Amino acid sequence: MTGRLRFLRSTSGALGAGIVVFVVLVALFGRYFAPHDPSAPIGVPLSDASSDAWLGTDFLGRDVFSRLLYGGRSVILIALAATLLAYAVGLGIGLMAGYSRSFVDPLLMRSVDVLLAFPPLLLLLILITGAGTSVAVLIIGVAIIQAPAISRIVRTATQVEAVRAYVEAAIARGERPLAILGREVMPNILAPVLVDSGLRFTFSILIIASVNFLGLGLQPPSPDWALMISENREYISVNSLAVLAPAAMIALLTIGINLTGDGIARSLGRSYVPRTSRTVIE
Amino acid sequence: MSAIAPPSAVVRVDGLTLALHTGEPVVEDVSFSLGAGEILGLVGESGSGKTTTALALLGYTRPGVTWRSGTVEVGGEQVRERDERSLRSLRGRVVSYVPQDPGGALNPSLRVGDAILDVLRAHRSGEGSPELVHAALDRVELGGDAGFPRRYPHQLSGGQQQRVTIAMACVCEPPVAVLDEPTTGLDVLTQDRILFELDRLRNEQGMAMVYVSHDLAVVARMADRIVVMYAGRVVENAPAADVIERPRHPYTRALVAAIPDFRTPRSLRGIPGVSVGVGEWPKGCAFAPRCEHAAVLCEEAVPVLADAAPGHAVRCCRTHEISAPERAESTLRSRPVAPETAPLLEVTELEARYRSGRSARPAVVDVSFAIPPGRCVALVGESGSGKTTVGRCIAGLHRPSSGSILFAGNWLIADAAARPLDVRRRIQIVFQNPFESLNPRHQVRSSIARPLRVLRRLSRRDADAAVGDLLERVRLPKRVAERFPVELSGGERQRVAIARALAAEPDLLICDEVTSALDVSVQAAVLELLQELQRELGLSMLFITHNLGVVACVADSVLVMDQGSLVESGPVAQVLEHPQHEYTRRLLSAAPTLADVAAGA
Amino acid sequence: MTTVAAPVARSREASPLLRFAGRRLLGAVVALFVASLVIFAGTQLLPGDAASVVLGRNGNPATVKLLHQQLNLDRPAWQQYVDWITGLLHGDLGNSAVGMAQGATSAPIWPLISDAVVNSVILALITALLMIPLSLGLGVVAAVLRGKWPDHVISVASLAAIALPEFVIGSLLIGVFFVGLDWLPPVAIVAPGASPLDDPEKLVLPVATLLLASLAAGIRMVRAGMIEVLQTEYVQTARLNGVSERRVLWRYALRNALPTSVQILAQNLQWLIGGIIITENVFAYPGIGSTLVVAVQNRDLTLVMSVSMLIAVVYVLLNLVADLFVMLLVPKLREPA
Repeated sequence: MTGRLRFLRSTSGALGAGIVVFVVLVALFGRYFAPHDPSAPIGVPLSDASSDAWLGTDFLGRDVFSRLLYGGRSVILIALAATLLAYAVGLGIGLMAGYSRSFVDPLLMRSVDVLLAFPPLLLLLILITGAGTSVAVLIIGVAIIQAPAISRIVRTATQVEAVRAYVEAAIARGERPLAILGREVMPNILAPVLVDSGLRFTFSILIIASVNFLGLGLQPPSPDWALMISENREYISVNSLAVLAPAAMIALLTIGINLTGDGIARSLGRSYVPRTSRTVIE
Repeated sequence: MSAIAPPSAVVRVDGLTLALHTGEPVVEDVSFSLGAGEILGLVGESGSGKTTTALALLGYTRPGVTWRSGTVEVGGEQVRERDERSLRSLRGRVVSYVPQDPGGALNPSLRVGDAILDVLRAHRSGEGSPELVHAALDRVELGGDAGFPRRYPHQLSGGQQQRVTIAMACVCEPPVAVLDEPTTGLDVLTQDRILFELDRLRNEQGMAMVYVSHDLAVVARMADRIVVMYAGRVVENAPAADVIERPRHPYTRALVAAIPDFRTPRSLRGIPGVSVGVGEWPKGCAFAPRCEHAAVLCEEAVPVLADAAPGHAVRCCRTHEISAPERAESTLRSRPVAPETAPLLEVTELEARYRSGRSARPAVVDVSFAIPPGRCVALVGESGSGKTTVGRCIAGLHRPSSGSILFAGNWLIADAAARPLDVRRRIQIVFQNPFESLNPRHQVRSSIARPLRVLRRLSRRDADAAVGDLLERVRLPKRVAERFPVELSGGERQRVAIARALAAEPDLLICDEVTSALDVSVQAAVLELLQELQRELGLSMLFITHNLGVVACVADSVLVMDQGSLVESGPVAQVLEHPQHEYTRRLLSAAPTLADVAAGA
Repeated sequence: MTTVAAPVARSREASPLLRFAGRRLLGAVVALFVASLVIFAGTQLLPGDAASVVLGRNGNPATVKLLHQQLNLDRPAWQQYVDWITGLLHGDLGNSAVGMAQGATSAPIWPLISDAVVNSVILALITALLMIPLSLGLGVVAAVLRGKWPDHVISVASLAAIALPEFVIGSLLIGVFFVGLDWLPPVAIVAPGASPLDDPEKLVLPVATLLLASLAAGIRMVRAGMIEVLQTEYVQTARLNGVSERRVLWRYALRNALPTSVQILAQNLQWLIGGIIITENVFAYPGIGSTLVVAVQNRDLTLVMSVSMLIAVVYVLLNLVADLFVMLLVPKLREPA
């Protein structure tokens, strides 16, 4: 349709997109430019920036800069996989619940709401306790955390669409519910879903990074940004760059995604605000 | 400029021009005046600038709109050049406001008595006596119940809510009130009562009113003077009776000819074309592109507003040359039906319920009627009468709780999805809201082709070819097929919706309030189209509406519903001229009609 | 329809209120019940033998069997669940699996965590007491002054803050206030038995971290809700009838933006709980969050289960209180449907 890339016209959208692209490129391809092996010590631990180690060394003597270039890929890819899985599940549940006018709707929603009785991080920690730490647990865990909120948003948007006259015209033509959902409803719920997707992705990144920080996600010697922060923070006064550099990368990534989301929302005529997961009159 | 305003004028607008920051004028050179106790009807369609003008009397302009020139004087005080604080002292005390949608205009968390008190306290410092609140409520006939001021807005009916907003507007006894389409959202009977109240208030309090409306018939009843606006300019300004009976501007004439009036039923004539929006004003007369009398001169320069007769100002350079149109003759159609003809649709003892939350209340109770082939049956009632539910049951969108519907002799299955293809094809429905009838993500071509593919099993190529023909049939250019609904006007969208319904080659067309959301001039054009189609194709139609005027112009027979039951039915001429049931009589006497202008003032 | 709505008798106002509260209470109980099932399932039923996991390398068939008996792991799953729930209802949080694995005959959980609970409550309360008025205040200011510079500053700042995880904020704050300025300590260690309030300086950075993380989201949502209300027809009608701007802002705008704001704040307080887990870890603060993380690291199933249950109770209670508040604020909800 019309300008999908319209959001680039707003300053926040353009700025955000630029930052995100930069960080993603570094995370995905930075490793090919790393001067050193990220797991090998190259000098005195916690030494300051030098011509050999541009950001100094960490608490085991490894090159901070190289670790930085290696450190983003896992988080981004795992977060992406988890978010996509969450959308697949959330869209399915949300569409079904929003379109049905029978018991299916409250049933699905109550089941999904169960998971909203926990702080997201707690849910993930419980799963890790039971199933151990692995990439699969992270992906599935984060997907389970995000799916309820996504299905809520999809459900609300679907409910709004389901009573529109053009949907009723399709019903009167005798079209099957699946065809109606795909043809008439889906294209019209993309807008609110899209606005929300930036926030979802950010949230996935934050949760995974937080779990990594606690040492319960990716394990050392993995060069993950959050792990770097956690490992080196005791020595922040010796070489602060070992903590601040990865912190800055995470900050850039998430702020960039948020700015882009803001830009998209503005171009679609809404304000970019994470809505509450529950409505006033339930 | 027309007649000099008398010194006692309580509202004086002179050369008012409002424009956007970018320079395009929104309202230009508007002038009128109003004396104490007079009602001025400000009439126009969407985009005419009537609401913008009326709100300017309160010193309010929409964000992005600025005062360019002209003065506004209310109650002897200038409105322009005031800061927020002094404007506030003016609003409510000298000039007050009655909004269009009373439900949305009342604070949902504030008791109505307190809301009225707020306006009182804003202008009478200190005291906010309950007695004054009670007196205000009394004035709008709500004083009977002592506990009323403690109610919340959601506990009141639409009519009561509107009276509360009127009480708020009157409590400080301002000399002028601006009413922005105050009865548009109300039922005809409620509207009738509110108009009665307003008239009484005017007589008792001597309050002048600027009554904004798109409904000329309502204004005809209330107003002493009518100002007609088109594309931001005043095109006619005269006493109400003159405007209705001897309109001099081509637009006003066309408007009067387009209003369906059950007292004087006739073929309606729509105004071709679309109104112009802000920033699209042509060099000359804004109405010229649509005017049948337009001459070269009209497109050169904007005509001046001048008196065509004493006290009757018109903005048209050809007004003296255009003769008055002939009175169209009254034609109430009632084509007789041969008694042996089997009805196309037969509804017997239909009952349906409406579920909201856990409870279900009856929507349709024991309704029985028949539609003969090739005839148009109107289904008339207020909101809540069940007329829409009946239409939905027939279309397969609502499951009746009991009763039967026979279509061409066969039982009609309740759910559309379960009906055979042939039946789904032969019954089609067109909806009320033009902004929702079409999927905004689909091109017009795609929307119209859908029934061709699904219900008539045409191949893609055949369907595409048929789309063009269908568009022509509803008098739209073929290039509309490539457009998206957002690029079309309300009237154009309704035509596309009709084309989509016709695509299936139906026998029965259900029209559910299809013109209620359209401007009067556009409505007439769509009704004209429907009448033609009905004649050409021999369609049967079930025409659902609340507007008796439309019924008179379009239907052969009429069914009247009240609170779910059918109270009266019969040929149009008979029901409208000799109503039998009490409810029908009330409806007829309350319905606004242009003939009221003689009775009013 | 022009029916006159029936007046609602005053005496009946109480009962829909109670019924609404009752329904919500029932919902809360059900939610907790289901939450307990999820917790139980999550920790116990996933593949892997629980006891071996806890014992780790110290496990051999004998110790594993002993631990099984001590922790009742040899009973069927549903019975373990019932035992646990009945224990909880009696106030018995069970025994720490790690403690038992280390050879103790009993290692009751409550004494292990009671100090931590108090510490976390103190941290949470201080943050909440600051967050609520700040969220409301700044959000309303940003909405009322929409488009002007205070709004821009607040909006941009919150857009940035909302994106940062607590550990990044915490690390940055430590970087500025400790490494850079040396004003505040980088850790908030409290000796067992001592109160965190003895040395309030330690609490500044943790509270600031939590505050920055949760404030941003709250401000944006309160602002959006307020803007929406300011654009309603009833606000405009009041203004057009000359009602004073102060009255309009308080009683017409804010008052109707409150129900949504209350829910937003409740949700923020819930996020706070998640944030506490991380923040305590960043500053080595001995609260329930640190305890939980250690428990997860050691795979101390019973401890994780009981602490999670405690947190879920607080979570659900917050929802309940928020719902009740909303019901008091919205007159329409007090009517029977």
